Amino acid sequence: MAGLHKSEFENPVVNWIDTRMPIFTMMQKEYGSFPTPKNFNYFWNFGALAMISLAIMIATGVFLAMNYTAHTTLAFDSVERIMRDVNYGWLLRYVHANGASMFFIVVYIHIFRAMYYGSYKAPRELLFMLGVVIFLMMMATAFMGYVLPWGQMSYWGATVITNLFSAIPVVGESIVTWLWGGFSVDNPTLNRFYSLHYLMPFMITGVVFLHIVALHITGSNNPLGIDVKSPQDTLPFHPYYTAKDSIGICVYLLVFACIVFFAPNWLNHPDNSIPANPLVTPAHIVPEWYFLPFYAILRSVPNKLGGVILMFSSIAVLFFLPWLDTSPVRSSRFRPIYKQLILVMVASFLVLGYVGGKPPEGIYVVLGRVATAYWFLHFLVLLPILGKLEKPLPLPESISRPVVRRPPPGGGGGPLPQGATAKPMEKS
Amino acid sequence: MRFAPAVALGLLASAALAPCALAQGHEAVSGPKEPWSFNGPFGTFDRASMQRGFQVYKEVCSNCHSMKEMYYRNLSAIGLSEEQVKAIAASVTVPGGTDDSGQPVERPALPSDHFRSPFANDKAARAANGGALPPDQSLIVKARENGPDYVHALLNGYRDPPPGVKVSEGQYYNIYFPGNQLAMAPPLQDGAVTYADGTKATVDQMSRDVVQFLTWTSNPEMETRKRMGVKIVIFLAMMTGLTYAVKKKVWKDVH
Repeated sequence: MAGLHKSEFENPVVNWIDTRMPIFTMMQKEYGSFPTPKNFNYFWNFGALAMISLAIMIATGVFLAMNYTAHTTLAFDSVERIMRDVNYGWLLRYVHANGASMFFIVVYIHIFRAMYYGSYKAPRELLFMLGVVIFLMMMATAFMGYVLPWGQMSYWGATVITNLFSAIPVVGESIVTWLWGGFSVDNPTLNRFYSLHYLMPFMITGVVFLHIVALHITGSNNPLGIDVKSPQDTLPFHPYYTAKDSIGICVYLLVFACIVFFAPNWLNHPDNSIPANPLVTPAHIVPEWYFLPFYAILRSVPNKLGGVILMFSSIAVLFFLPWLDTSPVRSSRFRPIYKQLILVMVASFLVLGYVGGKPPEGIYVVLGRVATAYWFLHFLVLLPILGKLEKPLPLPESISRPVVRRPPPGGGGGPLPQGATAKPMEKS
Repeated sequence: MRFAPAVALGLLASAALAPCALAQGHEAVSGPKEPWSFNGPFGTFDRASMQRGFQVYKEVCSNCHSMKEMYYRNLSAIGLSEEQVKAIAASVTVPGGTDDSGQPVERPALPSDHFRSPFANDKAARAANGGALPPDQSLIVKARENGPDYVHALLNGYRDPPPGVKVSEGQYYNIYFPGNQLAMAPPLQDGAVTYADGTKATVDQMSRDVVQFLTWTSNPEMETRKRMGVKIVIFLAMMTGLTYAVKKKVWKDVH
């Protein structure tokens, strides 16, 4: 028999459970006393916010599913019934629909933070890659969820996106037929999308768990991008970061509430309030805003297969980011050139998002191509070269003493003046 | 490397200026922005206007346009009494299932019935409207960009076609309709309905009233939603302040 856990909890019930299954000890270790770098800024809120988003989406989704009917003849009306007759159905639906947008905003900022502070670098490569997996799964889930109300954009979006697979040589058409469960987007498609839309959030939850396991092995990165050197560099997660994350959660909910209650259809396309009609194509088929940058990359190539490959590559490249970036320095604060290039990268992403919502003509095509070119240039060319060329600024010695060790005028890293190395701090 | 932010700005600026570079072709003009009573976080519907709007819908629009998502019982929300709703429902007959011998029967509608559709099906609707299908109006305001302004503008947007423009048979010229030609004849004329409250039934007045009504049918939850939103935003603002204070206290010994 394996040994019982020696629990330190005093409450007899908690102690009894913890002795047999030490989940309380685990929670205490991972979320209570977990040593966390003390210098996080508010960008470090977004992991917790993403977690909250996922929980909100699952909670509202489960209740929506109780009132939704996944059939082409009934789906649209069942959603309207939720909006009109189900108690607080409109609230559930608007929270769920706008919750998807909030989730993507949060995750985009979360990814930006990882890029800006080099959180993907050793030893956090796997942590970052798991994050990209979550992002991909979110995209699939959001796409299938958007199909469920069976409005015009649902139907035509599903048609356009599933048709992308037809670009695959030889087997493409067969794959599309297989995805649809027929010869067009129809009831079998809606049914399987509903099933998968319900399944995938739980798969995401699983990968989120792995993401957190990996995080708690390597520990968090921090705005300085240097390793934790001593206990003085850290604070216990609770109450310091539970308190700090709570502020982020409040602000997040405030923004969320303003959208849900005062502009719930701001991010929704009017055409999705028209029931799906296979005989009428909307003037412009546009995906949800959070897909627009990738949609723009897709359309920046006149060749369908080329566009599809480029679009998937634009995300796939992220899996290789830990090795494409050859600089040993994590944080942009100490990388004067990278710090500026990442702004251009963000700008190109925003431009792609803007272009993705416009008709593919004239200046928009040019802009889309320039921004797409920069996206790949940034990751595949500039980052590998930059690590070799860039001269990083001197790194601070530790988190608790973010004093930059400046080389004396005369060059070289000579000994420090007396005062700078004096006594380590007693207490953080 | 000072040029990098310039490049970033340049990219963004060119995106912002891009629309100017596109020749504006035969796009319909967008309608004027109206100060609707339901605009803004505290906006509410104008009950009297909604009731007049329902009258316009009932007497004019509903001859061609269905409103399938609505029930007669919903009308109590625009300020009609239970008796009035019953009477309005009873004024139309709807399919009432079958009698004992299996023959389909009709019966007066009840408040629990959906609004009766003017046509039995889409094909019948097209056949009666020169091939065009009058769209269902349950969600018409939500289903158009800037819905309230658009519907109002469209109803006031009929004009004689400019010289050189040929309007097809059975089509009408409207400056606000995409493509400028639509199959709906100008539905409103001054005095098309007689308002019980004495309001003068001009085309503009009727179009404003019907927009109030249609905005409500698209967003029946709007007033509840905004009222709840104001309370929740106030609560969250206080919560944010409180949380900030707690965080300050927790962190005061750090650094």
